[in-house]
Amino acid sequence: MVVWRELLVALRRRSDVATALLFFVIVASLFPLGIGAEPNKLRAIAPGVIWVSALLSSMLSLGRLFAADHADGTLEQMVLGAAPLGVTAAAKAFAHWLVSGLPLVAIAPLVALQYDLDAGLYGVLALSLLLGTPVLSLIGGIGAALTLGVRGGGVLLALLVLPLYVPVLVMGAGSVEMASAGLGGQGQLLILGAMLIVAAAFAPWATAAALRISSE
Amino acid sequence: MKWFWYASPQTFYPLAAQLARWCGLAAVVLALAGLYIGFFVAPTDAQQGEAYRIIFIHVPAAWMSMFIYVVMAFWAGIGLAFNTRLSGMMASALAPTGALFTFIALWTGALWGRPTWGTYWVWGDARLMSELILLFLYFGFMALHASIEDPRRADRAAALLALVGVVNIPIIYYSVKWWNTLHQGASVSLSAAPKMAATMLSGMLVMALAFWMYSVAAAMLRVRGIIRERGS
Amino acid sequence: MLEASDLECERGGRRLFRALTFSVNSGEIVRVAGANGSGKTSLLRILCGLLTPSAGEVRWNGARIQSLKEEYARHLLYLGHAPAVKDELTGAENLRVACVLAGLSTTAEQRRDALARFGVPGDKPVRQLSQGQRRRAALARLSVSWQAPLWLLDEPFTALDAAAAELTRTLLGEHAQRGGSVVYSTHQDAGLRDRRVIEL
Repeated sequence: MVVWRELLVALRRRSDVATALLFFVIVASLFPLGIGAEPNKLRAIAPGVIWVSALLSSMLSLGRLFAADHADGTLEQMVLGAAPLGVTAAAKAFAHWLVSGLPLVAIAPLVALQYDLDAGLYGVLALSLLLGTPVLSLIGGIGAALTLGVRGGGVLLALLVLPLYVPVLVMGAGSVEMASAGLGGQGQLLILGAMLIVAAAFAPWATAAALRISSE
Repeated sequence: MKWFWYASPQTFYPLAAQLARWCGLAAVVLALAGLYIGFFVAPTDAQQGEAYRIIFIHVPAAWMSMFIYVVMAFWAGIGLAFNTRLSGMMASALAPTGALFTFIALWTGALWGRPTWGTYWVWGDARLMSELILLFLYFGFMALHASIEDPRRADRAAALLALVGVVNIPIIYYSVKWWNTLHQGASVSLSAAPKMAATMLSGMLVMALAFWMYSVAAAMLRVRGIIRERGS
Repeated sequence: MLEASDLECERGGRRLFRALTFSVNSGEIVRVAGANGSGKTSLLRILCGLLTPSAGEVRWNGARIQSLKEEYARHLLYLGHAPAVKDELTGAENLRVACVLAGLSTTAEQRRDALARFGVPGDKPVRQLSQGQRRRAALARLSVSWQAPLWLLDEPFTALDAAAAELTRTLLGEHAQRGGSVVYSTHQDAGLRDRRVIEL
């Protein structure tokens, strides 16, 4: 039910969704402008750049995850809901991923095109993003819940959440790099998968605890 | 020892002053001893010359930075579980000292890197990078705490963050280590330090103890400040 | 039956109230009265479990609400200051979500009736409704929440016109007659015949 509502809201606020996607594309496009367009260099940095852009885009939309609910009182109702708060938090994270993570997976190949990434790597890239972006949503949820209604919100959220994102970034970008070196990225993808399972099991409860703390 | 008696901020206040005094004294004595061992007693290293002596500060500082984070997370956990005020204050009191040692570890690491490998910052070292992220975790803790008006909510929110962080530290360390092997191949590792002569190890241990005593003293003083500030 | 014992609340360094003990039985309507800032909202939030008191505890049917958690939430309806409706959804959609989240089983028919009773157009996004209609959309929950025995309402009569206020009073009365309990706060006289008043 929560997921249904989130999707409905997102549908009617299409601009939010589009902005996050646009941000991803723009950031990824900035790097060549800053670094120079030498093809070999671009091909080498492509996995990292795409991953960092995805990370930043996902983080940007985190602020919206709970803020609106906090403001209009629906968050309280969720905390007081009949379903365990951890389940509700997981549902919110899932909806967040559907709206801001999954589209990235779809658009990433286009950006990869810009970087002339070898076509054979698209699969690994997409898979790494598919596994990694949910983890970003789940962990980001904890940060978003902790910083509800707090001064300096967005930047503070970034400071809290980015260190926790490092393992995902390293494994995600690393899998593509390993694949491009001919070593196959399976190991890293497996680790990403493991991270996803662990995050799905524990992050919602941490988020629930954080929501309760923020509702006081 | 009547633990619960001391769990109240008012009764802890004078105890903290005592601890601060004695630990501060111990810290000075131990530091002098440690530095003496480090700079005069330990032999000169065959490969790295005199510059390596900075590890007598670098390594203990790094140990302390991680130890303090764990202690901080411990107090945070107690505070969340039992809803005690003093635990939250302890965690807040420890954070700046932990951040300080992390910074010292990074700084001395850079100073060591320069004469030894020619660069200040070694991206390739997993431990150094994990220290950097640890510094960010400390800053995050302090920033979150500072941004929340209500002290109780601030304590609890920061406590949750500390717990999430402590769980993540091993994960971060291993992922960085893996990244390091991917990008560097034969990595230059600051931890592959000179084979430890017994004197070197004892020097580092003494310094570590000194830092520990200092941390306790600093934390006690800071806790007293927090207790006074919150007027409870 | 709701029991509060020895409640103490401290917010922003001020002690709002202490040693507050009372109980609410089924069929009772209790009003929490007091000036602005006296702690009415905090008390209601403590009663529903959102806020932890600095001392004391709240029990529902003998068990501490901290241990009951979702169990307690299912017996409870809490309406706070904020209308708890999402602007982008219609009145009907909001009501449906609210009911599911609260664990209430209602039919579309019942929800439609509830909205109609309060004079809220159910098919327009809440954003397009007037302030008064928004408040009534939030209050429409009262019409479908007979399954929740305990109603905790924070200033439900604020900014309501006479008709809506009358309707709300009727609903509260009906709920009490069914055996439910109501604790509501107001800083003005609501015109309800209250059994008891708690002064803060």
